[in-house]
Amino acid sequence: MTNLTATVADPAASDAPVIAYPTPLLRIDGVTKKFGAHSAVDDLSLDIKAGEFFALLGPSGCGKTTLLRMLAGFEAPDTGKIELNGEDIAAVLPHQRPVNMMFQNYALFPHLNVRDNIGFGLKSAGLTRLGIDTRVAEMVALVKLQGLEKRRPDQLSGGQKQRVALARALARHPQLLLLDEPLAALDKKLREETQVELMALQRQLGTTFVIVTHDQEEAMTMADRIGVMNDGRLQQVATPRQLYEAPASRWVAEFVGDINIIEGGITHRDSHRLTIAGRDVGTLFAIEPRQPVGDAVICVAIRPEKIRLSRRGPATDLVNSGAMNSLEGVISDVGYLGGRSLYKVKLDRGATLRVALANTARLDVDAYSMGERVAAWFAPDDCVVLVQ
Amino acid sequence: MSARRIFTAPARLAAIPPYVWMVLFFLVPFGFVLKISLSQTAIAQPPYMPVFGLSEGIDGLKASFAALSLDNFRLLVSDNLYLASYLRSVLVAVVSTLILLAVGYPIAYGMARLPRRWQGIAMMLVIVPFWTSFLIRIYAWINILQHDGLLNKVLLALHVVSTPVVWLSTDSAMYLGIVYSYLPFMILPLYATLAKQDPSLIEAAADLGVSRIDAFWLVTVPLSLRGVGAGALLCFIPIMGEFVIPDLLAGSNALMIGQTLWLEFFTNKDWPVASATAIVLLGLLLIPLLVYDRLQRRQLEAR
Repeated sequence: MTNLTATVADPAASDAPVIAYPTPLLRIDGVTKKFGAHSAVDDLSLDIKAGEFFALLGPSGCGKTTLLRMLAGFEAPDTGKIELNGEDIAAVLPHQRPVNMMFQNYALFPHLNVRDNIGFGLKSAGLTRLGIDTRVAEMVALVKLQGLEKRRPDQLSGGQKQRVALARALARHPQLLLLDEPLAALDKKLREETQVELMALQRQLGTTFVIVTHDQEEAMTMADRIGVMNDGRLQQVATPRQLYEAPASRWVAEFVGDINIIEGGITHRDSHRLTIAGRDVGTLFAIEPRQPVGDAVICVAIRPEKIRLSRRGPATDLVNSGAMNSLEGVISDVGYLGGRSLYKVKLDRGATLRVALANTARLDVDAYSMGERVAAWFAPDDCVVLVQ
Repeated sequence: MSARRIFTAPARLAAIPPYVWMVLFFLVPFGFVLKISLSQTAIAQPPYMPVFGLSEGIDGLKASFAALSLDNFRLLVSDNLYLASYLRSVLVAVVSTLILLAVGYPIAYGMARLPRRWQGIAMMLVIVPFWTSFLIRIYAWINILQHDGLLNKVLLALHVVSTPVVWLSTDSAMYLGIVYSYLPFMILPLYATLAKQDPSLIEAAADLGVSRIDAFWLVTVPLSLRGVGAGALLCFIPIMGEFVIPDLLAGSNALMIGQTLWLEFFTNKDWPVASATAIVLLGLLLIPLLVYDRLQRRQLEAR
């Protein structure tokens, strides 16, 4: 059907193998949507592949919901194109799109029972009465709501409502399922269980899911790829691991997870290794990023769990040769979080580093305490160099 | 069970004034009317007998009780005049309520879909006519509808008609007056339920492949039935007993029960028959109330 003919890459010929990608299921091309003078979505382009679980992640007001509503057809883009299977769907009304949405507040019909809610869109999908009954039964089984068919929405718990909303959105077998903060109304434990179920369901059905969330853990857990949005623009589109380990900008680095940011200037470069004078830190070594940094003023980002602590520093020859960064300071704060502890280290040069250590032993007689002198050390590989 | 416990002693005390009000201004007068309906007309002051009193002792009171009879109610059933009046009242009330629903629903729907800041203004426009006396407004309609009134002048000037049309003293004029007067009572409860509706339900319906028109019938209308019921009741019950509008705008060949009652009371000075008429009207009006109450209770039980 699709021409997934990857030319056998000759490793010597080129860095990037030439691959003829299939047409993406969804192509968003230069889409802008303005409300008054404010651009909710600003010249945004994105391809989403068939069968993908894609998450749009961003703070509230970043435009992710507006983008989702444009995909559903509730808003029309001011400029740009939205293509589904290579066809522009700008003029296609919501009720004619092979796209279904699961609403944030579920938007269940309060006057209809579970069965009629799930079957609501099936008559217009051209199913016979028998077909509707079969499909509804299928969906009820899929989301494990057997026995609740006759209940009305206000007789259901939050988790059950969420399942009805999901079943209703999936009942028409959409090519694309949009989920607007689907788990926001659930408590933490139920949310985590539901995340796993949603992933299993998506794999089982093979439907393309686009989920909007402000919860980065949720996006990380479920999505194949994440698009991080801010101010109506995509800041980075990457797998969860890339997003966390190789953020494309300082904003993304600070938005996703916890991170130490050290501002500084490049003083020396040799064979992909940078020597950096960090503000309030001292000399640091870092690996030059794949796209060389032009500016002399940069920042170094390092995740708290990449830093190790010890009472004595690493071997001096490691430090002197630039194979390890070692910074000395005093423990200024200890936060016990169960699985791990978060330490703040006030460096002698003035900066404060956050360090996360796993609590691997139940009785840790050796734990660091307030005021203790330590060396905080980390490898140049673990530093991410970002433009300011 | 717990709902009962919410009402503490002071909260229960707060419920006393309405009960006192009901007893003083509904139950006691109702007792008088009921008693008069069981009496006989008399040329006396008051114009009926027997009159209860202790002037003739306990025996006199007993004799008064023995004199009460259902004759007036028998008269109501036997004379076609009353039956026709009741039927006409029911017919007028039903037709008027249906017209009110047909006119009021689109207006309420439109109001609920207005931008928030316009909704208050629209609500004012619905209510403002109430600031003028009801009678003045009905007389204004007489002015508009009469032989050389505004309506005929406009129609003649536009050459829609060649001779003035008779509007006044017709059923059309009466329906016009009723619909005009009762429209706010239909619009406001409808607007209240429609404005409360979650707009994402309509989006959900559209998302599930249902067209705008179908979504209206499948989602908007069923969810507004409570408002429809409230509006219909608020209009139906007073229209049943309406006296002024049919008297001023309709012809005199058919009477509504309110008009018959007025005739009995003021023209014939037959208080007992007038009271019996009122009692039966009250009984008739209980039917739609009970039906509505039952429907609402069923809805609550379904939850």
